[in-house]
Amino acid sequence: MKTRKHRETLVFDIVNEALLILLAVVCLMPLINVLALSFSSSTASAGGRVGFWPVEFTLNSYEYVAKRESFWQAMLVSVKRCALGVSLNMLLCVISAYPLSKDNKRFHGRTVYAWYIFITILIGGGLIPWYMTIQKFKLLGTVWALVLPGAVPVFNVVLLLNFFRNIPGEMEEASLIDGASQWTILFRVYIPLSLPAIATICLFSLVGHWNSWFDGLILMRRPEQYPLQSYLQTVVVQKDLSLLSQAELAAISEISDRTVKCAQIFLAALPMLVAYPFFQRYFVKGLVMGAVKG
Amino acid sequence: MPAMDCLAKVRTGIKREWPFHAMLLPTVVFLFLFAYLPMGGLIIAFQKFIPAKGLFGAQKWVGLQNFEYLFSLPNIGQILYNTVYIALWKMILGLIVPVIVAVLLNEVRSISLKRTVQTMVYMPYFLSWIVLSGVLIDILSPANGIVNMLLSSIGVEPVFFLGDNHTFRWTVIVTDIWKNFGFGMVTYLAAIANIDPNLYEAAVIDGANRYQRMLHVTLPGMITIIVLMSILSLGNVLNAGFDQVQNLLNPVVMETGDIIDTFVYRLGLVDAQYGISTAMGFFKSIVSTLFISVSYYLAYRLFDYRVF
Repeated sequence: MKTRKHRETLVFDIVNEALLILLAVVCLMPLINVLALSFSSSTASAGGRVGFWPVEFTLNSYEYVAKRESFWQAMLVSVKRCALGVSLNMLLCVISAYPLSKDNKRFHGRTVYAWYIFITILIGGGLIPWYMTIQKFKLLGTVWALVLPGAVPVFNVVLLLNFFRNIPGEMEEASLIDGASQWTILFRVYIPLSLPAIATICLFSLVGHWNSWFDGLILMRRPEQYPLQSYLQTVVVQKDLSLLSQAELAAISEISDRTVKCAQIFLAALPMLVAYPFFQRYFVKGLVMGAVKG
Repeated sequence: MPAMDCLAKVRTGIKREWPFHAMLLPTVVFLFLFAYLPMGGLIIAFQKFIPAKGLFGAQKWVGLQNFEYLFSLPNIGQILYNTVYIALWKMILGLIVPVIVAVLLNEVRSISLKRTVQTMVYMPYFLSWIVLSGVLIDILSPANGIVNMLLSSIGVEPVFFLGDNHTFRWTVIVTDIWKNFGFGMVTYLAAIANIDPNLYEAAVIDGANRYQRMLHVTLPGMITIIVLMSILSLGNVLNAGFDQVQNLLNPVVMETGDIIDTFVYRLGLVDAQYGISTAMGFFKSIVSTLFISVSYYLAYRLFDYRVF
């Protein structure tokens, strides 16, 4: 009896683990294929001979991308956007989540502010009014157009305010008695206690800024102002060759367009692939304690 | 004297609370400029809008004419159908797949294996739809994409996943699940972690095997969160995913692939039909707001769930 049960459990474990490993590998296979293509020769890639390992290994595509000024220019815009955007997001998120985490007795205007913010989740102005507002403020073509309209990360505010609520009120009272101001309490007590949530929303904000492409595409005036994802959209998805200079066009005829595309796709993905595992241990705590009370 | 007392109380109240108001001031200003002003801009849905006259300029009012024009378009029904079809399937599978994988992952004993699998399935979530569209367009290509290479090696005719009206929508749905299911698991894994271990012990004593424990302990332990998540996802009923569809859409699959958001984009920024485009966006906004309100209300009544 006991051995039968044992065997049953063992079989279950093996099948289950094999299934999950298979699933995880399948999830990554498309990315591995593209990575392999980027390191393969153009003839091998055109001939459809590349699977999950580079064929006729070469760095040609990367050398080509390295010399491509427009790519690095776009990368620079993205880095600038992330630096400005993430700092602004984090600052506004922290200072608006803190007062909203107080209950109504401690902060009488709370409900009004909370609704003021919540309504923006419910109703949006839509594409054209949004575009025209930004145009009206003369932000088109500047990095601020990519940073200011989304300055308040509403969902992250909700996440963080719920996290703040789990911090016992005695912490605040004790600090108040010691003569600390609300600003001191926020930055010296609440933030150090909320690192998992802060790390999680920091990652969200970073990923959001790095990955957004649409605003760059329509709010920038010239291709030189595009952040990386918008740039990539035009060369990889739209296949708009007009963005390339004469020299670049001449060079592209020598190397396969496909391997170069794959190299650019991989380089654009790399920063996020490197960043997120560092934040992973915070996810569950930061995300769930903020989203679901219990 | 009581009036004076009251006034003094209000004064100290304001004194004590003013840092809170100060902290919220920048947020109020930003949201006013970039959320409330555009919201006011929705009025152009009722105007024959001429951009040169400006957002709140002296435009000609046309009542519901933009909406009438919109709903008389021959392809509007198909666009709405595509949107709801894609969005609903994404909602359904986006709920089921993470739950199943989370339950299976919970049964894995080795922590390092658990971790590794998690890290791997999270990965696509952190990549943009630009990167993933680039990947998909390449691997799904009928000429030399890896998927069709593998299919042909087992004798299947090449499939043009992104260029065929029969396959486009499901390609969109499946690849969306691929990107998002891993991260969707986080909430469920946390819910499982909160289940009282005594319940499992009791089940073992009662002679329940692995499957019975998964079915009768793990799943019921997650049910609250599953129902809550499904209610909260209701607001997405018209969100078929602009970032994804816009990048995978091509002229061949307009019939099955065009959704509200891509339509709004083309009308507005490509054809410069500002009024009509905004009318479409307005329509979507009303329906979505209705669904979100109902979903939050249900979540509040059933689970005492409060957003803020």
